[in-house]
Amino acid sequence: MLKLLKSFTKKEWLLSILVVLLVVFQVWLDLKLPDYMSQITRLVQTEGSQMSEILQNGGYMILCAIGSLFAAVITGYLTSSISSNFSMKLREKIFTKVEELSMNEVKQFSTSSLITRTTNDVTQIEMLIAMGLQLLIKAPITAIWAVTKILNKSWQWSTITGVAVVILLGVIGLITTLVIPRFKKVQKLIDNINNVTRENLTGIRVVRAFNAEEYQEDKFQNVNNNLTKLQTFNQTTFSIMQPVMYLIMYGITLAIYFVGAFLIENALMVDKLTIFGDMVVFSSYAMQVIMSFLMLAMIFMMLPRAEVSANRINEVLDTESTIKDGNLDKDITDERGTVEFKNVSFKYPDAEEYLLKDISFKANKGETIAFIGSTGSGKSTLINLIPRFYDVTKGEVLVDGVNVKEYKQEFLYNKIGYIPQKAVMFNGTVSSNVAYGDNGKGEISKEKIKEAINVAQATEFVEKMENTYDAHMASGGTNVSGGQKQRLSIARAIARDPEIYIFDDSFSALDYKTDSILRKELKKYTKDATTLIVAQRIGTIINSDKIIVLDEGKVVGEGKHKDLLKTCEVYKQIALSQLSKEELENAG
Amino acid sequence: MQGKTIKTPSRGPMGRMGRNVGESAKDFKGAIKRLFSELKSYRILIAIAIILAILSSVLSIFAPNKLSDLTDEISKGLVVNKDNLEKLSSNIQDNLSKKISNLNVLQNQQSDMTTEIPEEMKNILFEDLEIDGVKISVDDQYEFVKEMSTLNEGTDANTLYKKIDEMPESIQDLIKPVMNIDTIKAIAIFLVGLYLCSSLFNYIQSICMVQVANRFAKRLRGDISRKINKLPLKYFDKHQTGDILSRVTNDVDMIAQTMNQSLASLVSSITLFLGTIIMMFITNWVMAITAILASMIGFMGMIAILKKSQKYFVRKQTELGNLDGHVEEIYGGLNVVKVYNGKKESDKKFAEYNKKVCEANRKSQFASGVMMPIMNFIGNFGYVAVCIVGALLTMNDVISFGVIVAFISYVRLFTSPLSQIAQGLTNLQSTAAASERVFEFLDEEEMSNQKEITKTLNKEDVKGKIEFKNVVFQYDDNDKPTINNFTALAKPGQKIAIVGPTGAGKTTMVNLLMKFYEINSGDIKIDDVSINELSRENIHSLFTMVLQDTWLFKGTVKENIIYNRKDVSDEKIREVCKEVGLDHFIKTLPKGYNSEIGETDAISSGQRQLLTIARGMIEDTPFLILDEATSNVDTRTEELVQKAMDKLAEGRTSFIIAHRLSTIKNADLILVMKNGNIIEQGNHQELMEKQGAYAELYNSQFEL
Repeated sequence: MLKLLKSFTKKEWLLSILVVLLVVFQVWLDLKLPDYMSQITRLVQTEGSQMSEILQNGGYMILCAIGSLFAAVITGYLTSSISSNFSMKLREKIFTKVEELSMNEVKQFSTSSLITRTTNDVTQIEMLIAMGLQLLIKAPITAIWAVTKILNKSWQWSTITGVAVVILLGVIGLITTLVIPRFKKVQKLIDNINNVTRENLTGIRVVRAFNAEEYQEDKFQNVNNNLTKLQTFNQTTFSIMQPVMYLIMYGITLAIYFVGAFLIENALMVDKLTIFGDMVVFSSYAMQVIMSFLMLAMIFMMLPRAEVSANRINEVLDTESTIKDGNLDKDITDERGTVEFKNVSFKYPDAEEYLLKDISFKANKGETIAFIGSTGSGKSTLINLIPRFYDVTKGEVLVDGVNVKEYKQEFLYNKIGYIPQKAVMFNGTVSSNVAYGDNGKGEISKEKIKEAINVAQATEFVEKMENTYDAHMASGGTNVSGGQKQRLSIARAIARDPEIYIFDDSFSALDYKTDSILRKELKKYTKDATTLIVAQRIGTIINSDKIIVLDEGKVVGEGKHKDLLKTCEVYKQIALSQLSKEELENAG
Repeated sequence: MQGKTIKTPSRGPMGRMGRNVGESAKDFKGAIKRLFSELKSYRILIAIAIILAILSSVLSIFAPNKLSDLTDEISKGLVVNKDNLEKLSSNIQDNLSKKISNLNVLQNQQSDMTTEIPEEMKNILFEDLEIDGVKISVDDQYEFVKEMSTLNEGTDANTLYKKIDEMPESIQDLIKPVMNIDTIKAIAIFLVGLYLCSSLFNYIQSICMVQVANRFAKRLRGDISRKINKLPLKYFDKHQTGDILSRVTNDVDMIAQTMNQSLASLVSSITLFLGTIIMMFITNWVMAITAILASMIGFMGMIAILKKSQKYFVRKQTELGNLDGHVEEIYGGLNVVKVYNGKKESDKKFAEYNKKVCEANRKSQFASGVMMPIMNFIGNFGYVAVCIVGALLTMNDVISFGVIVAFISYVRLFTSPLSQIAQGLTNLQSTAAASERVFEFLDEEEMSNQKEITKTLNKEDVKGKIEFKNVVFQYDDNDKPTINNFTALAKPGQKIAIVGPTGAGKTTMVNLLMKFYEINSGDIKIDDVSINELSRENIHSLFTMVLQDTWLFKGTVKENIIYNRKDVSDEKIREVCKEVGLDHFIKTLPKGYNSEIGETDAISSGQRQLLTIARGMIEDTPFLILDEATSNVDTRTEELVQKAMDKLAEGRTSFIIAHRLSTIKNADLILVMKNGNIIEQGNHQELMEKQGAYAELYNSQFEL
């Protein structure tokens, strides 16, 4: 928490100091109010008081009240500015940080958790700062000031106030220790409710096909019961707060008056009036003290939640990206469009097993290299090393003859057209999605977009959409089908004009026919580009210049389709599981 | 349905809470009416809560009155007993004048009492007095007269009190201010009882409302959950999962929370408000109007701010939503953002959204922060107004001091519920909006009732014939039928494959067969019984279905395989897993068959699919449907699974939908679909010879 506050700028500190001054002023005025109040009360109660005196005191009191209101309004304005600005900067910091993280770190945090950290957690902090700047400053100042005002008046009354504060804090403490840990559990149970419902919804066909409606309902009722029980307990416990506060507030006034009666009774005649005046003032100050402690207690109840949020945010901010940007931003070799792996091994930082072991190959300009292997053989991981989603553990990955670690990332990415397994669509239009990003060659023209869409076999459906190329694209591409998304995501890569294409199983949602036409068109269009393909289907890769067969992270075969059929047992098995012997021999 | 994984949304609804705050209901009255009619079964609890809330408020109204009584009683202890003082003075005076007339000797000395007079003289001048049972000696009387004679006409109270302190004890006893400690005690005890009762009522009231709110929330959640399983599938085509989820959690939470806070507090605030007004008018109408006017000025300002700020609260939520959306999008597609150098673009957009959120936050924060000070000001303003007008009236002898004291409390009581009423009304608005959404869902049209069900097919007796007869089906929103006049016959034990391009209606066929959707015309017959005559549950019990969606839920591997079936032995599970080649993999998991799914990334999508296949294989049914069931498995594994499934399909009629044509080459009947029609049927050999659509589709996989 404090660590986050360190990022306050000079201006924010100055404003905060101003807030403190304003609050002091406000407290001063607020504490003056009871003086005037008791003056007025005294005047009204004493026979023969002058009207002008009452008016004068009333005027002062209203002036104080207005002054306090203005101070509060300005404080409110300043604190809301400070807190919202602070949270804005904090969000931005987290956002840019996350963008820098490697895929490995993102995976460790999980995307959804990163989203919560960027939005919800920051909101928590913001709330604390907004409340804190006002209450956290105001409460102790009020409490201390009020205490000094009443300290020497009477030890009996002071004791009463002290006891009331102790009871108040005791009750709050008890309730918090009872309820706070359960609050955390509530969150979990709500997550459970969400989970079970989501489960039922996403698997609705399975649920029905298995006649499992009752099973699901039982499951739901179970979590529902747990949640309700806990919520009821929490709220019932919490309900005690209000009556107790009420009792303490009124109780303390009553007690002070009651004790005051005896004090007056036993005092000398001369002191009686003073004691009575003191009693009225004391009770209103005592109320201020109690209120201050109440506010402090509220802050302390908010604090743990904000603390958790702050820690979660710091976790992100403190994560050093394992990917360090290089500084090479121009080509220093004559090689173009080459990708070379030199004895590359890779494992996740904390893992024991290597995912890739000692892999070496080279793709030359214009070549198509395919990677095939069963699930978990490491083919996706392998090509993810080229755009540095992960960095190699051992060995080197060279693009155009230079280690990828030496390039400035932006420069490296201008060479690459990467199409992920899961097509990503952004909120915008079809065109804005295809022209996405920056390829260092200026803006992508409309013709280029159309051309790319055409090569990716997407023209037909795009032109059928409302507003065609400017058709709205929902976030995540929910308004187009999986295959359509995949084609647009391929068009996006084409529009960039890269030296190297990387297809990470990007044809899986296309039917065979579209798949084959698309690849044919692509080949024609990108004669000079180097293409790396990860695929499941033999048909997709059968005509590649080189096929690399992976099994458990090792290269077990390398060559053309026909040669591999003869030399590589794993390849043969994969091929035979898809096509018959004759078909395999006829093809390619 | 993208639910490949059932992930815990770590952004819990708590985070989204307040999303509906400020959202107003389309039909506020209707929604509230409906809400109350739904609450009928809790009416006793609600009635108790309301009565207690009223009682507690009424007690609160009386408390200040009693407190001012107490103050009055105490202030009696400040005033000198004037009656006794006068009695004493006059008695002494009387005695003196009597004596002096008798003793003219001393006449010249009488005027100057201050000079010391001899002892015997005192006894001559004064005689023992007894007033109110207090005996006053001659000496004391002398002292009194001596002290009093120093006072002039205009001396202030303080000097008088000082003198009194110096007087002899007997006289002090007589004229000292007296407060009635017994009365004070009685009032104090009465007040303690009043406070205790009031807070006790308040607490019981809260408990009642907590019960009502939570029971109601539980019921609503349960209703929604049950409703989900009663809705036709077409509902889910049109509505997003997130939307329904937010009704189960956010909306129900909102109802429970606001109901808990708004209903009781609204009732008690209104009681307090009205009660105070009545009490004020009873006491004095001029003062009452003063107090109300003074508070109203402030209250108007508050309403104005509240109305204005409402907008900012709504904007805050929408802007936050936009930001959320952008962040979600960028984090989700981070790999693309990186490789396409989209960082600058996304940063720019983020800054834009962020700025807007900041702006909206600032305004809404400010508005809510200013509320409290304004309330305080209203209180103080009212106080002064009442005091001044009160003082004026007192001077003109219209009212007594006590009235002012009472009004000082009334102003306090009067202003505090105003903000609560305002808050309660906003809460109620949110409740209305949320309950509208919940009830809207609960009122959705359910699946057709199954009254005309006349027959039941027993799983063991079914032979396995399925006949499609001129089936026509059209999705509600489409203008063209998806399935057009589909006719086909599956004989018992046959393996039927359905192929065709995306959108041809393959999955729709399966959905119709499972009665997930109702066909528009034509008929589907299972063993010559129309599915219209069979209940959905009955049909489902005849089919084993494995889908492309690798639907797994949070739970152990074992639980996922058994699912809702009972009495499945561990051996059976083992056996099935061995058949699909999962056994070895499961054993490598840390806890074997009891490993939790969902928390570990160790399970690949292929393995997930195998698990769903295993789940399907646990039970023997006469029919088998495999809808792209092996699309996520690599081809070598698929072969394994294929073998297992062929074994599974033995003696059963099976329907297979597949992209990979290798999977279906050995089918007895291949149906080639396009645009909802069967354009070709036959086995692989026949169709290849035909050189038609199938052959083209098949050959395309060997092209470049």
